[in-house]
Amino acid sequence: MNPLRRNVLKSAAGAGAVAVAVAAGLLKPTQAMAAWNKAAFEAKNVGDAMKGIGAASPADSKDITIKAPDIAENGAVVPVEVTSGIAGTSSIAILAEKNGQPLVGTFDLAGGAQGFISTRIKMGQTSLVRAVVNAGGKTYTAAKEVKVTIGGCGG
Amino acid sequence: MAQPMRIRATMAGDVADVKVLMNHPMETGTRKDAKTGQLVPAHFIQEVTATLNGTPVLNAEIGGAVSKNPYLGFKVKGAKAGDKVVVNWVDNTGDKNSAEATIG
Repeated sequence: MNPLRRNVLKSAAGAGAVAVAVAAGLLKPTQAMAAWNKAAFEAKNVGDAMKGIGAASPADSKDITIKAPDIAENGAVVPVEVTSGIAGTSSIAILAEKNGQPLVGTFDLAGGAQGFISTRIKMGQTSLVRAVVNAGGKTYTAAKEVKVTIGGCGG
Repeated sequence: MAQPMRIRATMAGDVADVKVLMNHPMETGTRKDAKTGQLVPAHFIQEVTATLNGTPVLNAEIGGAVSKNPYLGFKVKGAKAGDKVVVNWVDNTGDKNSAEATIG
């Protein structure tokens, strides 16, 4: 989701392009290896997590569908399915807003992969499950509330 | 890693429906062991990648908030029966796993 990271990944020259980008001051060395987005995953509130994935102010979209239970039987295993009908969807991120660390995952799609991700997440308490979609260089979002009776983060 | 990763890939029209079940404890690092009272160290898959006939289709970064034994479903348009799907994951300790399946 980080636009710098995506640009690095796109450049086929790989190491050469990275070296040039670092020299030009466009890319900090710590970002160069497209490492796991620690800052975003360890962000303790949804705003910082969204900034961490490059989605500080996404537009609300009705073309994103979140399928998740209204009430989760088990907060440790909440099935979440995100479908994006937005043309050119290149990435989907899932967040559980009230988790201690809201970012659950980012899913970059390429080569024919559709705007669809299905997974199972842990939720600590009742919260909005938020999807952020990157399409055509812009970000979009939708959210759905999932009630949790027994929190699933083991705390 | 008691069981290998399982991949099931089937066609629905011209879209391959791929379902992956990975075997991993996905410990967040914030859970206390019920017996010892000690924090169970963070141990979770961080990256999952998938290719279709060698072409990357999915590059995912996930964290401890994905449920134990991660399930991941995705769809690829333009695939066909006989195509090969390969899924790789790497966790925060550097441990890795890989599996492949042929679209049925």
